[in-house]
Amino acid sequence: MSPLLEMRNIWVEYGDKIVLERVSLEIAERSFVAVVGPSGAGKSSFLRLILGQEAPSRGQVLLDGRTMRAECGPDRGVVFQRYSVFPHLTALRNVMFGIECAQAPFAARLFGAQRRAARETAVGMLAAVGLEHSLDVYPAQMSGGMQQRLAIAQALVKHPRILLLDEPFGALDPGIRLDMHALITRLWQERGLTIVMVTHDIGEAFKLGTRVLAFDKRRHDPHAPHRFGATTTYDLPLDRKTLPPQALVDALGVGDLPRPDLLRRPFA
Amino acid sequence: MTRLVDIRLGRGARLLLGALPIVALLFVYLLASEARHLDNPSDKVLPTFEAMAQAIRGFTTDRDPSTDRIILVADTLASLYRLGIGLAIATATALVLGLLLGVMPLARAILGPMVAVIAVIPPVAVLPILFIVLGLDEASKIALIAIGIAPFMTRDLTSFVATLPVEQSVKAQTLGANSWQLSIRVALPQLMPRLIEALRLSMGPAWVFLIASEAVASDVGLGYRIFLVRRYFAMDIILPYVAWISLLAIAADALLLFVSRRGFPWAHGAGR
Repeated sequence: MSPLLEMRNIWVEYGDKIVLERVSLEIAERSFVAVVGPSGAGKSSFLRLILGQEAPSRGQVLLDGRTMRAECGPDRGVVFQRYSVFPHLTALRNVMFGIECAQAPFAARLFGAQRRAARETAVGMLAAVGLEHSLDVYPAQMSGGMQQRLAIAQALVKHPRILLLDEPFGALDPGIRLDMHALITRLWQERGLTIVMVTHDIGEAFKLGTRVLAFDKRRHDPHAPHRFGATTTYDLPLDRKTLPPQALVDALGVGDLPRPDLLRRPFA
Repeated sequence: MTRLVDIRLGRGARLLLGALPIVALLFVYLLASEARHLDNPSDKVLPTFEAMAQAIRGFTTDRDPSTDRIILVADTLASLYRLGIGLAIATATALVLGLLLGVMPLARAILGPMVAVIAVIPPVAVLPILFIVLGLDEASKIALIAIGIAPFMTRDLTSFVATLPVEQSVKAQTLGANSWQLSIRVALPQLMPRLIEALRLSMGPAWVFLIASEAVASDVGLGYRIFLVRRYFAMDIILPYVAWISLLAIAADALLLFVSRRGFPWAHGAGR
């Protein structure tokens, strides 16, 4: 099977500062790739590359075997840590937005039968993330967890080839975060999604991912730290029993390790 | 003991306390007016309330010879007409330009400097130019109001749109929105409450420009009347007129706030 997304010798440079260097990897369809790494190791740049928000200074990104244009498009959905939903629209209108954009290029609004159909699709999507009782609620009235559920529904309504998650659960309470883990795992399995998730939480990465990518600098010049970029230092395919290598744990300096009971994925 | 900064008041207490300084001010005026009239019974600088009431009766019953309307009504209508058209032009201009410049860095690069240059010109300084170019009629007065506040509003709205989180723009694009859809569905609705806010802030300067242009060349209007009767030291007319203008300004502000709360509940702390 040809990979869904392929990166060929990617470099990202800002002026003489090198953020990413020599990144080559392939992402298979239906995989759940968790991306970890210390701050400033280019995790977000990596995500922006896939998103098309940023172009690599060298190298090639291929989506479905074709060179990807450096522009955001509906084949890649995204959920950010914050500001992922539109504050001026109710939950229902937030989810309908994607459908309206595709079907009404000029008015950006639907009427009559088309509107009813879009509404139905959106309601179904909201029900799938557990927001069927909050259709007419504005994001400001929602909790952080509900807002992220809404953001996921809003992205999934476009059936993106890849769903990108940028520390989506980083601002949530631990209990809510566990609910969200269950939700995203269920959606990933039911809908055959391909997910790339950037996270600070190594436990989360090993719990959710089918593959963990770690970004860090391989080389370090103490006099010019910006001259070496980060690249993938670990690329671990996961099964249930994989524990994070001690060296990676040390590099990240993260306290909360995945406990064996967390590694049991309930739907796997 | 409760700290001063922690004292919270109920609605009734707040209204009562807010009225206190106003009542005190009126009382001080009363005393001062009394004192001056003891000195000189025909004093015109601080007219008594009876004199003002008489003057009010005068300009709410007498008719303006040129329009055959009651003087206050004629003045108010003329002024509100100029103010309304001027504000409407400024608001429409600011809305279109603010949206365009805020959403599109390209438009900002082209038009931004020009807006910035126009914004620093003191509007009253161009009033003679407007009189020469547009004549002494309504057009020049309306133009002064529009030119006076449109650049400020445009800059305010531009910077507001430009500082909307980039995540929103990216998200909209991943949902398939093109530039047009992004502008009218994401930027425009969020701009509206800010537009009303900018309009509320612009009302003060707008009144200044209106009164200034009416004072210079006009034959009807609130500002015209004040500057006309100033020649006769008619403080008994000027003071009620000033009070009437501030009442109109407060009403306009309350109306705009009401429209904003009604139309854009999400911008005023959630509530539906």
